[in-house]
Amino acid sequence: MPQIRVEDLRKTFDIAVRQPGLWGAVRGLLHRQVRHVQALDGVSFNLATGELVGYIGPNGAGKSTTVKVLAGILVPDSGVCEVLGRVPWNQRAAHVAQIGVVFGQRSQLWWDLPVVESFELLRDIYRLAPAPYRQTCDELIGRLDLAALLDVPVRQLSLGQRMRCELAASLLHRPAILFLDEPTIGLDAVSKLAVRDFVRQLNREHGVTVILTTHDMDDIEALCSRIMVIGSGRILSDGSLAALRAKVSGERRLIVDLEIPDLAVSDPEAAVVQVDGRRVELRFDPARTPAAALIGRLAARYPIHDLFVEHPPIEELIARLYEQQR
Amino acid sequence: MADWRPLSGWRLYWRYVGQSLRAQLQYRGSVVLLAVGHFLITGGEFLAVWALLDRFGSLRGWSLAEVGVFYGLVSIAFATAEAVVRGFDVLPGLVKSGSFDRLLLRPRSVTLQVIGHELQLLRLGRWSQGVVVLAWSVAALQVDWTVGRVLLALWTVIGGACLFSGLFIAQAALSFWTTETLELINILTYGGVETAQFPLSVYRPWFRAFFTFVVPLACVSYFPGLAIVGRPHDAPTALLATAPAAGLLFLGASLLFWRHGLRHYTSTGS
Repeated sequence: MPQIRVEDLRKTFDIAVRQPGLWGAVRGLLHRQVRHVQALDGVSFNLATGELVGYIGPNGAGKSTTVKVLAGILVPDSGVCEVLGRVPWNQRAAHVAQIGVVFGQRSQLWWDLPVVESFELLRDIYRLAPAPYRQTCDELIGRLDLAALLDVPVRQLSLGQRMRCELAASLLHRPAILFLDEPTIGLDAVSKLAVRDFVRQLNREHGVTVILTTHDMDDIEALCSRIMVIGSGRILSDGSLAALRAKVSGERRLIVDLEIPDLAVSDPEAAVVQVDGRRVELRFDPARTPAAALIGRLAARYPIHDLFVEHPPIEELIARLYEQQR
Repeated sequence: MADWRPLSGWRLYWRYVGQSLRAQLQYRGSVVLLAVGHFLITGGEFLAVWALLDRFGSLRGWSLAEVGVFYGLVSIAFATAEAVVRGFDVLPGLVKSGSFDRLLLRPRSVTLQVIGHELQLLRLGRWSQGVVVLAWSVAALQVDWTVGRVLLALWTVIGGACLFSGLFIAQAALSFWTTETLELINILTYGGVETAQFPLSVYRPWFRAFFTFVVPLACVSYFPGLAIVGRPHDAPTALLATAPAAGLLFLGASLLFWRHGLRHYTSTGS
């Protein structure tokens, strides 16, 4: 049985259209003009226990609406949603005791208080017994390296330090499911890696299901075994990164560093994407010309210093997926 | 760990209060200055009342000390409500910043969490100013402090605090639908405070009727105040003494409206 079951979820928002100017505001009071926005237009998916899924899409595609429904803070217009056998919005308190939510852009810690006081308040809010709380807390402090931060008021923490504390705060009650919304936004490279390592470990070793919404494709590539792409309220693609690539385009990139700069490189089976000094990037379809053949042809004609083959960046795949759906 | 019990809602509330106080005491000097400032500003209000009555001697037969009783009772009740349910007052901000969603993500009563969001120490300013005015007034009037009178004064403050809390909560609930008409409720809240600081008999009948039957401010100031001041009145004293219950009823109705607002919020998410 899936841990999360979502079937044909629909949600429309009515957004009041504001007329410009004072007269418009007065008219708006008397006669509200409303625009309907279909935020979710038949979203369905299942998640099994212990999955780590990336949920991606542009702003306004329906990502946060889905997460809000799963978290029990928004009631959809229609459709089925079951998380851990419960309908989230029907039993809010019982439901939210089983999930953890981290918003990268909003803190859940008490701004003026030392970190440890936030943890203790959360212990009381979640009604955690002292012994298991102590154990979880120590474990999180160890793994996220928080010992030196506990007595620091939250407002004095750096963003990276705060994010580590946020992760700990959302896991004190040992949720079965963790929602991560842009957990690496604004973080420096070292902190990003620390957050990713922690999330991976949490998922692999503790079997916590993780739903990650992000615009950072490196997060997705580093963490997710499954990627769901949403656009205009619909799931456009759901599967592994390899499957997404196969679905959108099998194209590869060949990046060549030449011995001499500014050579006009061309090949009948490949197209130049960009030239940057000695570096030339070509795209080709391996079904039409194998990489080895292409490299052979180029090496025969140009002085090559170094080369490597890679996939097109995920951003480009996603952008193309949207174009295909349009 | 056999003796361990989870915190009840009530005890969690006190945890919140403690947390909130500690957070504010991080800026000790600022809290003291704010409270003193609040004391002086609200004290200025009473100076205006004093100036008015000093010029005209009395207001429709009410002396300064008598007005002071109403003024003190209402100020204490309002300051209590302002300090305790301040979270509802800032709710539109909580909703806008997304902090409100965070409250919904915790397995506790949303109402309790909003109340626990902030307990404002600076309101001690108005509160203590109300106490000073009330103390001076009853001393000047030489009110005979029977147990009944003390209990009635307490009961009046409780009813008043409930009524003002109800207004804050109703305003917060309304903000789930619209943020454009909130000033209307502000007029009721802050205008109501100023109104009820005077004995209601000085106003016109329709105004009195509004503040008796729609927003029952009269029930938590004027009616019980009559009995405390010891003015001759034609209503039975028992009725005057039960009047503050209207504040509790008003609070109850506001809480029902608030629950309705919460349901609306989770179906629109805006």
